[in-house]
Amino acid sequence: MVRIYVSSVIEANAGSVWNRIRDFNGLPQWHPLIADSRIENQQPADKVGCIRSFHTREGGRIRERLLGLSDYEYTCTYEIIESPMGVSNYIATLKLTPITDGDRCFAEWSAEFDCEEDIESVLTNQIAREVFQAGFDALKRHFSYR
Amino acid sequence: MWAILRKFNSHESWHEIVELSRIESQQQDSQVGCIRAFRLKDGNFVREQLIALDDHSYCSSYSIVESTLPISNYVATITLKPITDGDKTFWHWASTFSTPLNREREFVSLIAMSVYEAGFRNLERYLTFGKESRRSSEFNNQSLASSNVTKGRTVRISQYGGPDVLCPMTEDIGPPGRDEVQIHQRSIGINFIDIYLRRGWIPSMFTLPGTLGMEAAGTVICAGNEVTDFLPHDRVAYMSPTPGAYCTIRNVSKDHLVRLPPEITNEEAAAYFLKGITADYLLRDIGRIRAGARWLIHAAAGGVGLLLCAWAKKLGMQVIGTVSSDEKARVAREFGCEHVIVTKTYTFASHVKKIFGDGADVIVDGLGESAFRENFESLAPCGHWISLGQATGLFQSISTELLLSKSATFSRPVAFAYVATQSQMSVRAQRVWTALNDGTINAPPIERHSLESAARAHERLESRNTVGSLILIA
Repeated sequence: MVRIYVSSVIEANAGSVWNRIRDFNGLPQWHPLIADSRIENQQPADKVGCIRSFHTREGGRIRERLLGLSDYEYTCTYEIIESPMGVSNYIATLKLTPITDGDRCFAEWSAEFDCEEDIESVLTNQIAREVFQAGFDALKRHFSYR
Repeated sequence: MWAILRKFNSHESWHEIVELSRIESQQQDSQVGCIRAFRLKDGNFVREQLIALDDHSYCSSYSIVESTLPISNYVATITLKPITDGDKTFWHWASTFSTPLNREREFVSLIAMSVYEAGFRNLERYLTFGKESRRSSEFNNQSLASSNVTKGRTVRISQYGGPDVLCPMTEDIGPPGRDEVQIHQRSIGINFIDIYLRRGWIPSMFTLPGTLGMEAAGTVICAGNEVTDFLPHDRVAYMSPTPGAYCTIRNVSKDHLVRLPPEITNEEAAAYFLKGITADYLLRDIGRIRAGARWLIHAAAGGVGLLLCAWAKKLGMQVIGTVSSDEKARVAREFGCEHVIVTKTYTFASHVKKIFGDGADVIVDGLGESAFRENFESLAPCGHWISLGQATGLFQSISTELLLSKSATFSRPVAFAYVATQSQMSVRAQRVWTALNDGTINAPPIERHSLESAARAHERLESRNTVGSLILIA
């Protein structure tokens, strides 16, 4: 089991950031890596159990199922059903926590998965930097230019 | 940061709101279940228990088990999380609790701002500047207790004499020393030795100006940093060979202290502590409990007398008591004194021999010089004469030839010698509390006076009209 953990501080209150990332179908609107996205079977994007199907800018197709969504705890948990990355049992959580001494929030993005040993370090690095950290960087840029 | 925060007692070093704190029962400060007892700068007192500690997820939880703040069901969790895009830490501090109606806002603000937010700033400063960031001037090794001088009332004596030399006044009380406990005294015991000291009979034990009083009971305010057995709010009693108990607040060496069980009130403790321990060592150590032994107990209706009669009777001794009035005779009988001799002139020897045959095996003598002859007459061959006090005057001298004529033993004991160590003290105290509590001995009557009218209390005790124990209420 591989575990990835990335965290950051974003210069906006948790509610604002949550508005931006809550939409399970909204990755292309805020994440630079994602080209397009749709929810399968015409389900609402906040229905737990719905599946998003999206393409990365490099062309890879990924299908992910929403496992948990909490507007109270600013938490979104999902699993990968299908991807070209060679991972299995992949479950990730994106979570915001308010920082009370300032108009900021603490963002955490973590994942656990299994993969072949030889690609483990490359894959870990890639997800941590190109997916999670890149997402946070985009959010930080967005909220610092407001 | 976790290295600091995981230590449950570390808040004393970095959080400004904490005045002093210690882990109870000599447990480790990273032991789940340990309790930290601490006082805040505003005087509030809190005991918190560590209920979870996780070095893997940098998480600790604790709950309040006792507090002077009116909040309940308080459970708090501290979590540290690394911020991976920078060498920083995210500190999460959250709690849930209940407050009295309409005071929620007040406590949310107090805890969030004064405890948590202030804690963030304090720890940051502590990490930057170290220990000196806190209490640079007030932190010293002398005492972890409040360095503040507090004011209290005391009864001072500047010359030996009658009850009128007792003068109530206000005094400054400094912080307790390293091994001392500061006590808010509620009840103070009065003993005959107080009167001897006031009269100037034992100047070696009491120099002027000074304050009388060998024992008291009350509540711990604070303690020096070598004291681990007593905590603020503990209810305690003490007997100390150094006079000075006639006051409201006193610093006392921890060695003279015992914690009081819930069933013993402060008044009972002040009334029966020294007197009960006196009865205990007289019966067990000096008198050598022997069923059927013949005891002559003078002042049988006094504080020590009643305890001694009742206990001796329960342990199977035969008891004659002497008292000065019919009213006292009635009380002495009630407490187990089988034979009571009423005498105002200290004549009792013939009466004792009528009851006990050749005399008493043990005499507990608080009378002194005026009854010297009568006591010697009352003593059986090989008897034991215990001189406990000398109400009627100091003995001129006692000749060994005289003792030889009856093969007698003469003792002049001091209670403090029998509680020289803390374990002796607590064993004896426990026996007294248990005997009082389970009905082995009846609790003698208590006569109460205010601390301010200590002179009146002395007049009463000297009048020989009192029954049982006298105490001062502070």
